[in-house]
Amino acid sequence: MFSGLMLNTWIAASVVAVVCGTIGFFVVLRGSAFVAHTIPNGAFAGAAGASLIGANTILGLGVFSLLGALGIGWLGRRGRHDVVTGLALVLMLGLGSLFLSFSVEYAPEIYSLLFGEVLGISRSELWPIAGLGIVCLAAVALVFRPLLFSSVLPDVARARGVRDYRMELCFVLLVALTTTVTVPIVGTFLMFSLMVAPTGAARSFTSRPGMAVVISVAIALATVWLSIAVSYETNWPIGFFVGMSGAFSYGSGRLFAAWRQSHAFHRRSGLTAEAA
Amino acid sequence: MSGPLSWLVEPGFFSTSTVQSALLVGGVVSFTSGVVGLFTVVRRQSFAGEALGDVGATGGSGAFLISVNPLWGFVGAALLAAGVIEGIGTRRAQSRDLATGIVLGAALGIAALFLYFDTTHSSTTGASISVLFGSLFVIDTSSIPVIVGLSAAVLVVVLLLYRPLLLSTLSPDLAQARGVRVRLVGAGYLVAMAVAVSLAALTIGAVLSTALLIGPPATALRLAKRPGFAALAGGAIGVAATWLGILLAYDSFYWPPVQHGWPVSFLIVAVVFTFYLLASALTVGRRRKAMAHHEAPVLWVAGE
Repeated sequence: MFSGLMLNTWIAASVVAVVCGTIGFFVVLRGSAFVAHTIPNGAFAGAAGASLIGANTILGLGVFSLLGALGIGWLGRRGRHDVVTGLALVLMLGLGSLFLSFSVEYAPEIYSLLFGEVLGISRSELWPIAGLGIVCLAAVALVFRPLLFSSVLPDVARARGVRDYRMELCFVLLVALTTTVTVPIVGTFLMFSLMVAPTGAARSFTSRPGMAVVISVAIALATVWLSIAVSYETNWPIGFFVGMSGAFSYGSGRLFAAWRQSHAFHRRSGLTAEAA
Repeated sequence: MSGPLSWLVEPGFFSTSTVQSALLVGGVVSFTSGVVGLFTVVRRQSFAGEALGDVGATGGSGAFLISVNPLWGFVGAALLAAGVIEGIGTRRAQSRDLATGIVLGAALGIAALFLYFDTTHSSTTGASISVLFGSLFVIDTSSIPVIVGLSAAVLVVVLLLYRPLLLSTLSPDLAQARGVRVRLVGAGYLVAMAVAVSLAALTIGAVLSTALLIGPPATALRLAKRPGFAALAGGAIGVAATWLGILLAYDSFYWPPVQHGWPVSFLIVAVVFTFYLLASALTVGRRRKAMAHHEAPVLWVAGE
């Protein structure tokens, strides 16, 4: 399980989990799960287009996720944000089906981008993945405070001179960058699950932002490692296990929050009884 | 067909039976989506609409696997997902968004499993792909009556809910004060939307179902001022986009670069998006003029 090609898989998947767990914090905080769904899915069209003209599919992926991010940022200034996101998604997917219909040969690796498999990753592919992952994390660290500020208290942030539109653009560009790193390795569906579920669970365990990022990364790593191991043993697709453990971790987070609330309530009522 | 229109409409367009059923089913489904979608746009539930389409597709491939009619897989899975979203979602927009995301993630995971079973047990790789992208030209004619019936039921539900839904969408507090059960009305609407979206996803693919749910109503909202009129306009724009797309797809068999036709899903999406951009450009011009004349803004689309 830990030899040769599989070792590369473990390393690459861990990089993906760290990056997705971090960006996912802002995805959940801003209520932007739709954007996190749209950009990777739409970028799939770029890969299809690139394979049509014989270019590198990762380049196509990067270009389309960038275009999608800029389009959502620009059109979202005027129209309703979720409508614009939805229209961008269907337009890019439509283009993807057009490109696929033009290419004569069946393109299994394009479909694997959609559904995602942590397939054999060679040693030479690891370095660019790790490098882009570090770039992602550095970018997050750079904009962490203003982005957090404008995500939590948009009105106060605006009054303090943080520009909403610029922050929104930063955010969508971060998602686009993550897409380019992540999708070639795990596919669009997995990336979405890893961005939404771990942070959704982490929010129930802490209310401090830094701690939430740490817990979210930890849950993402656990999810990925567990899924690879179980998928290796059962031969079932890894996407299934990631999706299920995402739902499970979110559910247990909610249960924990509910338990803590009732616990705190009981303790408080006990105190008042003593005081009386 | 011959005469002055023959450059636009290729000969044999209206007499082909696949085209006829595509026009019929596409028209019914896109009208329903356009009317239902008005509230999706105003209530900011586009993501739920998109997610329900994908979840429906998962149910469809599951039904395909155990050889049940995919129609019931689509509708059943979407209804289940709507129930879960409503069950865990609170009224806060962020929590709803997260709940939708969790449901979508789980459904996509299950879809991956179904795809795996499909390919290993019955070697029909194309099934899930065709479920995702769909095609109007491969509609199973025997399910047309059910599709039309369910669409009519959705429209009746939306008509019955219309007034309380509109009030609780625009002002939940006011609606509550007037005795409207806001949560119940919202849940009823989500169920209607789930059925409409899953029917669209079944017949024209998950991608197009989102396009027709969001695009035409968003376009209509730019043009119409009264909500009832906007709903009908959304339906009409949806039907127009679908039929224009089908016509273009039929014509495209002679287009470059490959002589086997452009995908109808792309063409319909392109038409929907073009309509939206045109309407946006129009409203920007109109709003500038209104600003110059100090006209009062239209209140009921104040969320815009």
